Amino acid sequence: MGWETWLIVTLSRTLAYGTPLLLGTLGEIYAERSGVLNLGIEGMMIMGAYAGFSTAYTTGSPWLGIMVAALVGGAFSLIHAFASITLKANQVVSGLSLTMLGLGLSGVLGRGWEGKPLPVSIPEITVPSLSKIPFLGPILFEGQNLIVYLTILLVPLLWYILYRTRIGITIRSVGENPATADSLGINVGRVRYLCVVVGGILAGVAGGYLSVAYRPAWTEGMTAGMGWIVIALTIFAFWNPAIGMLGAYLFAALYHLSFRLQPWVAPEFLKAMPYAFAIVVLIAVSRGTLQKKMGAPAALTLPYTRGEE
Amino acid sequence: MKPLSLFRVERRPIPSGQVVVLVSILAILAALVVAGAFFQAYGVSAIRAYQLIVKGALGSKLGLAETVRRAIPLLLCGVGLTIAFRALFWNIGAEGQLLLGAVAAAGVALFSGLPDVLLLPAMFIAGFFAGALWGLIPAALKARLGINDVITTLMMNYIAIYLVEWLIHGPWRGPTMRGFAYTDKFPSAATLPTISWTRIHWPTLLLGLALAVLAYLLITRTRAGFEIRVVGENPDAARFAGISGFKTTLLVMLISGGLAGLAGVGEVAGIHKMLLGPTHISMGYGYTAIIVAWLARRNPLAVIVTSLLFGIIMSGGDVIRVSLGLPFQVINLFNGLILFFLIGSELLMHYKISFSFGRR
Repeated sequence: MGWETWLIVTLSRTLAYGTPLLLGTLGEIYAERSGVLNLGIEGMMIMGAYAGFSTAYTTGSPWLGIMVAALVGGAFSLIHAFASITLKANQVVSGLSLTMLGLGLSGVLGRGWEGKPLPVSIPEITVPSLSKIPFLGPILFEGQNLIVYLTILLVPLLWYILYRTRIGITIRSVGENPATADSLGINVGRVRYLCVVVGGILAGVAGGYLSVAYRPAWTEGMTAGMGWIVIALTIFAFWNPAIGMLGAYLFAALYHLSFRLQPWVAPEFLKAMPYAFAIVVLIAVSRGTLQKKMGAPAALTLPYTRGEE
Repeated sequence: MKPLSLFRVERRPIPSGQVVVLVSILAILAALVVAGAFFQAYGVSAIRAYQLIVKGALGSKLGLAETVRRAIPLLLCGVGLTIAFRALFWNIGAEGQLLLGAVAAAGVALFSGLPDVLLLPAMFIAGFFAGALWGLIPAALKARLGINDVITTLMMNYIAIYLVEWLIHGPWRGPTMRGFAYTDKFPSAATLPTISWTRIHWPTLLLGLALAVLAYLLITRTRAGFEIRVVGENPDAARFAGISGFKTTLLVMLISGGLAGLAGVGEVAGIHKMLLGPTHISMGYGYTAIIVAWLARRNPLAVIVTSLLFGIIMSGGDVIRVSLGLPFQVINLFNGLILFFLIGSELLMHYKISFSFGRR
C-alpha cells in the first residue's frame, strides 16, 4: 500500500469513527453550557445502539432504527434531567447511575440480539463526480453515509445557535449565572431540561450510528468507553461546537492510528491521549482571563433553587 | 414541559439514623423490584433469579466465600471514598488508583529482588503510595488550580487502564506466558495466604476491617478529621478558622488513593498472582465502591456492611450469569438502579416534596 492510499484510508476511517464522537460531544456541550454535567453519555449511547439495532432488525428499516435510537437516547436522558434538575440530586452520582443503568439494561435486553447480522444497514454513498477529486474525493465522498454529512452540517448550525441567537444567549446565561437569568424571566429548569434532552437525542443517534451504520451488529457494551472520550472532548473543545469537531476527528485519528502504527508506537499510548489532553487543557485554562474566556460554565454541576444562592 | 410546576421541593431538617437506614433499605428493595421486572421482560423468572442469587451468594460455603472475596476490594476502596467524600472531594478515580496499586505490587513482586520476608510488606507499601500518587495529582490540581476533581479523577482512570495494558503487552509481558498478555507469575513469597480452599486473602480483609475502624476514629475523634468535616460542610468557615483547604484535600486523597491502591495489591497478590488485563484485575470495583460509600452515608464503619451487600450482588450476579445465561452487564443493572433509587431516597429524606398543579 502506497503512502497516499494509506493516508486516504486513515482519514476516511477517521471521518467515520469521529462521527459518533462528534455527535455525543455536540450534545454534551449543550447540556454543560446550560449547567448540567451529564456523565451518562455512555449509558445513553449504548441504549441508542441497542434500540437502533433491534428496531432496524425487526422493521428492516435502518432509518427507523436511527429515529428510535434518538427517541430512546432522549427519553433516557430525561431520567438524569429529572434527578438533577427537578430533584436537585448530585449530577455526578445521577450521571454515573445513568451510565451503569444503560450498560446493564442494554446488556440484559440485548442478549438475544447478539451476533445477528443486520440485513439492511445505512447505505454507504459515493457522490458522483465529487468522489473523483484527487485525494479529497475518496476521503470525503466515497464510502461514507448520510449521517456523517448531517453531523458535519450540525456543527455550524449548533455553533450559530449557541453564539449568535437569543436561544444561545439564554442557554449560556443559564449555565453561567442562573440567578440572573431567572430574574430576567428565563425559566432555568426548562432550558436545562431542553439542553439535557438534546444531548440525549444526539447521544442516542451516536449509538444508533454505531450499531446500524458503522458496524451493523449488536454487541454487549459495544460503545466501549466512547462516552468517556466524549466527556474529555467536551472539555478539550472549550465547550465550543467548532473546536469540538476538530477534537472529535483528532481523537478519532489517534484511535485509528493506534492500530495502524502498532509496530512503531505503543497503541496504548495513543489511546490514552484523549484523556491526558483533557487534563492538560483543564490546567491550561485554569488561570485568570483565559478561564473567564474559555473555561467551564460557571454554574456547571450546581442545581438552581430560586433565592438559595 | 413544565417540570417545575408539578413539584415543590423544600429542605427539611436532618433525618434520624433510623430513618436513614429504613429509607436506604426501601430504596434497595425498590431497585430489586424494578430489576426483577426487567428479568421478567427478558423471559427469566424474577423469583427464580433472586432465589439463585440468595442461594448462590449466601447459601453455600463456596458462595459465601466468593461474596467476602468480592467485598474486600469494595471495603478498602469504599472506606477511602468516605474520607474523600467527607471533604467533598469527588473521587471517581478509585478504579485507576486500584490499578496503580496493582502495578506497583507487581513491580515489587517481579523485579525488586527483595528478600522473601520483605516482599509482601514492600508490595503493600508501594501499592499504597502508587494509589495515593494517582489520587494526589487530581487533589493538587483541585487545591492549587481549582480544576474539577470529577473530570480529572475520571480521566486518570483511563490513563491507568492503558498503562496496565501497555505494561502487560509490552515491557512486563511474561516470557513464560506463551504470548498471553500477562506478566510472569509472582514468586510464592509475594502471594497472600487464603483461608483454606477459598479465595479469601485474609490479610487484606483484616487490613480493610482495621482501616475502616481507624478511618472512623480519624473522622470522629481527631483534629484532622474535624478539619476534613469542616472543609466539606462549610468551606467558608474552614477558611475563617484557618484550616488549610490545600492540606486537607491532599490528606483525604492520600488516604483515599492509598486505600484503593491497597485493594489493588490484594487483588493481584491474593487472587491473580500476576498482573493481567485491567478488566480482570478490577471488574469495576472502583466504581461500585462509589455506591458502597454513598449508601454508607460516608460513614467508614457502615462500609463494612454496604461492601458486603455489594459483594452479594457481585457474586450473586456471577451465579445468575452462569445458570440463567444473563449477560455480564447484569451487575451494572443492579448498580445503576440502586444508585438511582438512593438518589431519590436522599431527596425524600432531606426535602419535603409537595405536589401542586398550578404554576410555580
